[in-house]
Amino acid sequence: MGDHHHGPAKGLSRWLYTTNHKDIGTMYLWFSFAMFLLGGAFAMVIRAELFQPGMQLVEPGFFNQMTTLHGLVMVFGAIMPSFVGLANWLIPMMIGAPDMALPRMNNWSFWILPPAFLMLASTLLMEGGAPAFGWTFYAPLSTTYAPPSVTFFIFAIHILGVSSIMGSINIIATVMNMRAPGMTYMKMPLFVWTWLITAFLLVAVMPVLAGAVTMMLMDIHFGTSFFSAAGGGDPVLFQHIFWFFGHPEVYIIILPAFGVISQIIPAFSRKPLFGYASMVYATAAIAFLSFIVWAHHMYTVGMPVAGELFFMYATMLIAVPTGVKVFNWVTTMWRGAMTFETPMLFSIGFLVLFTIGGFTGLMLSIAPADFQYHDTYFVVAHFHYVMVAGAVFSMTAAIYFWLPKWTGRMYNETMGKVHFWVSFIGFNITFFPQHFVGLAGMPRRIPDYALQFADFNMMSSIGAFIYGASQLLFLYNVIAAIVAGEKVSDEKVWDGAEGLEWTLPSPPPYHTFETPPKIEEQPAH
Amino acid sequence: MLNARALAATALLPLAANAQNQVNMSTGVSEAGAVITDLGVEIYDLHMLIFWICVVIGIGVFGVMLYSIYAHRKSKGVEPSQFHEHTGVEIAWTIVPFFILIGMAVPATSTLLEVYDNDDAEMSILVTGYQWKWKYEYLDADGENVAFFSNLATSQEQIYNTDTKGENYLLEVDEPLVIPVDTKVRFLITANDVIHSWWVPEIAVKRDAIPGFINEAWTRVLAEGVYRGQCTELCGAYHGFMPVEVHVVGQDEFDDWMAAKKGAAAADAALAATELSVDELMARGEDVYNASCLACHGANGEGGLGNAIAGSAIAMGGLDSHLNVIVNGVAGTAMQAFGAQLSDVDVAAVTTYQRNAFGNNTGDVVQASDVVSYKEG
Amino acid sequence: MRLSQDPTIDTVAKLGAVSVAMFAFVFVVMVPLYNVLCDALGINGKTSSEAYISVSAEVDESRSIKVQFIATNNDGMPWAFSPQVTEMLVHPGAANDTVFFAANPTVNAMVAQAIPSVSPSRAAEYFHKTECFCFEQQPLDGNGEAEMPLQFIVDQDLPADIKTITLSYTLFDVTSLMSDKVASR
Repeated sequence: MGDHHHGPAKGLSRWLYTTNHKDIGTMYLWFSFAMFLLGGAFAMVIRAELFQPGMQLVEPGFFNQMTTLHGLVMVFGAIMPSFVGLANWLIPMMIGAPDMALPRMNNWSFWILPPAFLMLASTLLMEGGAPAFGWTFYAPLSTTYAPPSVTFFIFAIHILGVSSIMGSINIIATVMNMRAPGMTYMKMPLFVWTWLITAFLLVAVMPVLAGAVTMMLMDIHFGTSFFSAAGGGDPVLFQHIFWFFGHPEVYIIILPAFGVISQIIPAFSRKPLFGYASMVYATAAIAFLSFIVWAHHMYTVGMPVAGELFFMYATMLIAVPTGVKVFNWVTTMWRGAMTFETPMLFSIGFLVLFTIGGFTGLMLSIAPADFQYHDTYFVVAHFHYVMVAGAVFSMTAAIYFWLPKWTGRMYNETMGKVHFWVSFIGFNITFFPQHFVGLAGMPRRIPDYALQFADFNMMSSIGAFIYGASQLLFLYNVIAAIVAGEKVSDEKVWDGAEGLEWTLPSPPPYHTFETPPKIEEQPAH
Repeated sequence: MLNARALAATALLPLAANAQNQVNMSTGVSEAGAVITDLGVEIYDLHMLIFWICVVIGIGVFGVMLYSIYAHRKSKGVEPSQFHEHTGVEIAWTIVPFFILIGMAVPATSTLLEVYDNDDAEMSILVTGYQWKWKYEYLDADGENVAFFSNLATSQEQIYNTDTKGENYLLEVDEPLVIPVDTKVRFLITANDVIHSWWVPEIAVKRDAIPGFINEAWTRVLAEGVYRGQCTELCGAYHGFMPVEVHVVGQDEFDDWMAAKKGAAAADAALAATELSVDELMARGEDVYNASCLACHGANGEGGLGNAIAGSAIAMGGLDSHLNVIVNGVAGTAMQAFGAQLSDVDVAAVTTYQRNAFGNNTGDVVQASDVVSYKEG
Repeated sequence: MRLSQDPTIDTVAKLGAVSVAMFAFVFVVMVPLYNVLCDALGINGKTSSEAYISVSAEVDESRSIKVQFIATNNDGMPWAFSPQVTEMLVHPGAANDTVFFAANPTVNAMVAQAIPSVSPSRAAEYFHKTECFCFEQQPLDGNGEAEMPLQFIVDQDLPADIKTITLSYTLFDVTSLMSDKVASR
């Protein structure tokens, strides 16, 4: 067998036709960053309008379009594709495989995303405006009372769903079938485990979202009455179907983030991850439990008390495996020899702030108390703590951690630390006051508010502008590293980094592990 | 429970007294120290219990973490340990949280059962969410239901910053809900169009309003006062502009109010049989316009979410087509069928107003009898 | 069961099948399951859409249940719609009847559908309608009026802690959904 080492094609066709997991990972990451800035721009409009009481900048209908698109773009355009990008780059290298199992389907999984988001963004220019019914699009606001652009929204969701499903099938097939000999399941890095479990969740619930939007399409255009009482249907059915997808979805978002943290903290503690096996079992437990808790998003909908109690108990239970993970990360740090480079700072930030989000989640799980929290800014604060300080901080840590390996160039450590502190401070100024206004009585999704909420809203908006600006610093840091960063001298890059990807050159060749590596004899974790 | 209540009343009194920058949920106790609702106090106590448990656990976890960050750093020259498992500890920190959760679940369950205890009410009120206002209907055993709409009363000038904002900005209505103190009231909650949600934080009642379905909730308010809330489910453009205002008054005051309302309804019905003067129609029409039309059609009829009334072909054209739009609405748009929401006198007045204000000057006068004839075909 | 010799294709085929199955699950399992649970257990206050065949049983004179009636119109429905009485005291096991009034104030023929909802929702399975205008659509000519009957029995097994049942009807305009009754507004 000859050594067919050709470099990548040149120009645009390289990126259009590539089946290489590194290229596709890079495209996912850049695309998701662009979406993060777009979704962030929508958030800036929201926070600018909410800077003071009164309507100053936009009309209420347009405000709702901003809120809706902010949610859709961040969830489906920024955070999910970013972790798929990480998966693409890292999973083959971490398991000693040459590429993903289905490289051509991999290309499709990515390339249908930009047209889908172009279509979604273009709804802003359509008659009737963009969807304005919230990213959770409850019927009948999203069916009988929806603008004409709802059909394009449904189409976009279908495309995003297909992309996710294809990507997940690819990940599962890769992990199950292409591990290097000797890489047993219990020797895989935890990042691979969390993605494997996440991929199963995606395959199970993305089709449910597709079902929900298809039923919407049928109600809107084909005279069915799934969600309309007039024809014997029920708006609450929509909520059950949506949240059956929606709750596993939030674990889909956070589990890969858990995986990243589980790689970074041991590296900078110079100590193995504490309790590897428990971490795997806890992740699986969280994934399983995520299927039976969905109605905690619907506590005020008028469910019978037996149902409310069941969902309350099941939701409270998720605190146990999640707590186990937090304890394990802290114990990994304990008696390590820590240094605090940028990836570690973001990981510690994650640990503190995600745990706070977990506490407010526990408070929210208590059904009778939730009658006062539901649909207020207390919920908004909770999910931004777990999704931004959780998933986004983890992704940011991942970029700083692996960028030197991917590009062979080191980012500027001082600028990285500045990015961390400005982000950390900006984030908390934005979202901590939202707990207060939510408890004080401010509902969600309103463009204007009563005077007693003014001071904290102003504070929150200032924080948002700071946090938003710091992401431009992030962009600068990444580009500066790629273009002019100091070349990495040590393959390992980080003193305590472990794993197959760190045995490769920085940057790694276009094709790696075409011959499977030897997995060192070490006991399974 | 008494101790907890006292603690809540005293400890958070300074905060509760300052409605600005309030950092916590309503305690269920008024500024004067009177219990507003028992359920509200119970919910607040439960919320604080969970909160303090989380604080204690947080201090434990973050304390260990922060100590480790301080003491276990490479710059201190420590050698990293290599331990990576300990079955005993791992089992312990799985089992102990489980028992803490059971400790939380017990009071949570009992409070939830309280929330669902809707029976034995002394009065029932049907609450219907509309885009974008509430309708209240007192269910009377004799069938003489008093019903009215409750619209946002804050002016557009205040919202669009040409006038100073009042103290109850966005939380005031033209017709509040009035209920008697210390009476178990059952709310039957539904919606006319999309899903809304009825919430009054200080009395701790929130329930979704779902079109075609009825939900129930209850309260027994022990302290007279005015309690304000908002719609808490995204329901369209003006979701943030449909507040709830509840006046809890003594039984006598409630009876007087109810009698006055029934009288007004009868008076309105009688008025429909008479002819009103142009001035009366214009004055009343302006009030109706401001409450029901202005938000979408503009203070000067210039339009906005809705079409312009000034110079409109409909408002200056045939009366029947004008009445058709107002009475029957326009299907597929946000223009509702106001024939079902406004009395015949009000429809006549607002139609007269639209046909003559904003420079339209048609000189037309529409009486309630015209509206009745139109409706009958 | 292997779907292919190639282990990768085998995995992919199985996962693809799972995706398709989960999509079908929504329509074929979730929707019917929701409706079955609602009908059987009266969750969400849905009552049966078929007439109840009464089995003669004794009337429980020791219990009095207050039954409240609510009539509302959905968005854009112009009919006058009201119950003859707003509440009745009934004994479990006894047959009761009442009427609702409906009037079409427009000149056009219209068709309405009344959708019932019961509160508390767990009372729905104990609220039996032997005759109800909600079982069928209600056509009315322009300016037409109708008295629509309701006959019901509250089951003796109604849980002891329920003393008030509220039956709410929402009237929907389904004229445009009726192919054989063309109406214009």
